[in-house]
Amino acid sequence: MNAPAAPLSPYSSALGKSNVETHTLSVLVDNEPGVLARVVGLFSGRGYNIESLTVAEVAHAEHLSRITIVTSGPPEAIEQVGHQLERLVPIHTVTDLTLRGSAIERELAMIKVCGTGGNRDEALRLADAFRARVIDATTESFVFELTGAAAKIDQFVELMRPIGLVEVSRTGVAAMSRGKDPM
Amino acid sequence: MAREMTGAEMVVEALKDQGVDVIFGYPGGAVLPIYDVLFDHQHAIRHVLVRHEQGAAHAAEGYARSSGRPGVMLVTSGPGATNSVTGLTDALMDSIPVVCITGQAPTHLIGSDAFQECDTVGITRHCTKHNYLVRSIDDLPRILHEAFYVAQHGRPGPVVIDIPKDVQFARGLYSGPQNIEHKTYRPKLEGDPEKIEQAVSMMGAAKRPLFYTGGGVINAGPEASRLLRELVAATGFPITSTLMGLGAYPASGKNWLGMLGMHGTYEANNAMHDCDVMICIGARFDDRITGRLDQFSPGSKKIHIDIDPSSINKNVKVDLGIVGDCAHVAAALLDRWRARGLRADAAALKKWWAEIGKWRARKSLAYKNSSKVIQPQWAIERLYAATKGRDCYITTEVGQHQMWAAQHYHFEAPNRLMTSGGLGTMGYGLPAAIGAQMAHPRALVIDVAGEGSILMNIQELSTAAQYQLPVKVFILNNEYLGMVRQWQELLHGGRYSHSYSEALPDFVKLAEAFGAHGIRCDDPADLDAAIAEMIETPKAVVFDCRIDKTANCLPMIPSGKAHNEMILPDDEDLEAEIDAAGKALV
Repeated sequence: MNAPAAPLSPYSSALGKSNVETHTLSVLVDNEPGVLARVVGLFSGRGYNIESLTVAEVAHAEHLSRITIVTSGPPEAIEQVGHQLERLVPIHTVTDLTLRGSAIERELAMIKVCGTGGNRDEALRLADAFRARVIDATTESFVFELTGAAAKIDQFVELMRPIGLVEVSRTGVAAMSRGKDPM
Repeated sequence: MAREMTGAEMVVEALKDQGVDVIFGYPGGAVLPIYDVLFDHQHAIRHVLVRHEQGAAHAAEGYARSSGRPGVMLVTSGPGATNSVTGLTDALMDSIPVVCITGQAPTHLIGSDAFQECDTVGITRHCTKHNYLVRSIDDLPRILHEAFYVAQHGRPGPVVIDIPKDVQFARGLYSGPQNIEHKTYRPKLEGDPEKIEQAVSMMGAAKRPLFYTGGGVINAGPEASRLLRELVAATGFPITSTLMGLGAYPASGKNWLGMLGMHGTYEANNAMHDCDVMICIGARFDDRITGRLDQFSPGSKKIHIDIDPSSINKNVKVDLGIVGDCAHVAAALLDRWRARGLRADAAALKKWWAEIGKWRARKSLAYKNSSKVIQPQWAIERLYAATKGRDCYITTEVGQHQMWAAQHYHFEAPNRLMTSGGLGTMGYGLPAAIGAQMAHPRALVIDVAGEGSILMNIQELSTAAQYQLPVKVFILNNEYLGMVRQWQELLHGGRYSHSYSEALPDFVKLAEAFGAHGIRCDDPADLDAAIAEMIETPKAVVFDCRIDKTANCLPMIPSGKAHNEMILPDDEDLEAEIDAAGKALV
């Protein structure tokens, strides 16, 4: 008695019609084996979206890691994501930074561009305009380092594409609330 | 005071310190050190050797649900762990506290595809509330005690502790469970006082109120059921319950409307649909309960009390969500209701009860009895009549018989019904009955079964024989996977694809082969005497009750329909009731 996927189901109709929003969640977790798998497994198991995910230890002595997740969905689903994350035992706090107001969000990217002649000059000029740094150079290539909001990186990558874009590596979003208070 | 001992000894010490006196398990290479220690502690911890690890999990569940204490199981690595997965998932879905200790390949072999190695924490991550792989003996005592804490606190659930064999042999310092306060996991027990006030005000202003309660009340302990009864008495409101919550309010209580949901009563479902204030306590708006979501109780203000914040607004948007333990919140509601001197609107309530009376008069659980063939509903009624007043625990398998048991056996107290609600696991009932019988050696424990389900864990009859557990297996045998057959009749034009139980065993001989007593009954005139024989037999009994092969489980909310669109037993054309969208649902 397996039901086919979503659209036929009246059970999902109440949730399905809302607007899709993008939220950034900051999740403080115990830095222990498997904790990332729990978080990621929760998203895949319950059908939530992950647009970006970053994780690193932020307090060595306390073994705390901070996971920043950019997720999208109807507001009700995003509220559920938060509550479901809170159920996980090794999780300390879950903060929806988007609900808390305009959080600061930054991403780091490395962008490799190959080319000669005029394209090299154009690449350097654009990099200067975006305040991207050259962190590796050969006679035929540059690797740029660029930090900024995700949209700024998207824009830079698009500009580099016709000039000789070879490869992009992005960290995903790190985020923090504005003002004096911690999350 | 820390004492030095091996990891295996720590496991047994921790079980004793946690008050565990029964465990369900199956030995194997990766748990031999623990079994070796158990050999010396048989007086303190009774080990029940199941015949399949799934049985251990369901037995632990049955033990937990009938006693309110956590169920404990011990299995080996690899297949021992994977065989437990269904039971663990079942415990997760039904919020049952189970601690499952699994053996694991020694740490230096983990990841090498060693014999009977599997990624137990990886596999069980999705079917446990939490799980641990113990890589160091230093972590073992804390994890053992933490596991019991996590399994029992907040919304209960299964916890796996995966212990590599070398950690079982390693020596370390053991300390007891004192000061166990989890560093992150601290569930909220008390409801927000402001919201309690709001809830009480809403209840006071209600014209057509209804309590809708669930397994959370039972999980919150007997005090929660007592408080619920008081709350119902103080307000005079009608009450219905999910399958999981049966018994929290007695079926003989005057405010009882019967179970709600897909196979709930006409009065309960119509009251859900038409109420103006719904007070949901410890239930989770499951799809078996709500029916069609966009027509679910359209005119009501909804109050939802649950210990799990993620249950609130998950399926149904509510007007007031109160996070807290059912017992604490019920006590607070009762306290504020009395302190503020509130009274239900007597005139409105009288009118509401009159409406409910009309729905009741439809007698949605009625059926046509027969003097030639045993009707399943009647069989349950006779079983109830014969066991009424006894210290009796009922487990079920999954299917039509489960719903007939829920509808026609009348539960008067909490913890008396053990059934697989969320996962719907066929094969649950017999091992669960073994668990319940271990918790209540003198009680009468009956597994209401179907001939399909019972064969899924029939091997546990051997366990019952070994420990002389007088569990009764009452099979409503219609030679069909009845619920599948019913859905095929309703949804697939009577094309009974693979739902006929061919080549069934002779259940009487099967019982005898397992050292149990077998009874067969196919004549309504003999049923009472046969049931009496079953009850009086001081050992395990398999009762092959031959019932009407074509009986359907009604009433029913067809899939995709709302609460007020039920199929009643006297309706003619079942198939026409279900549209295309409904057919796609489970």
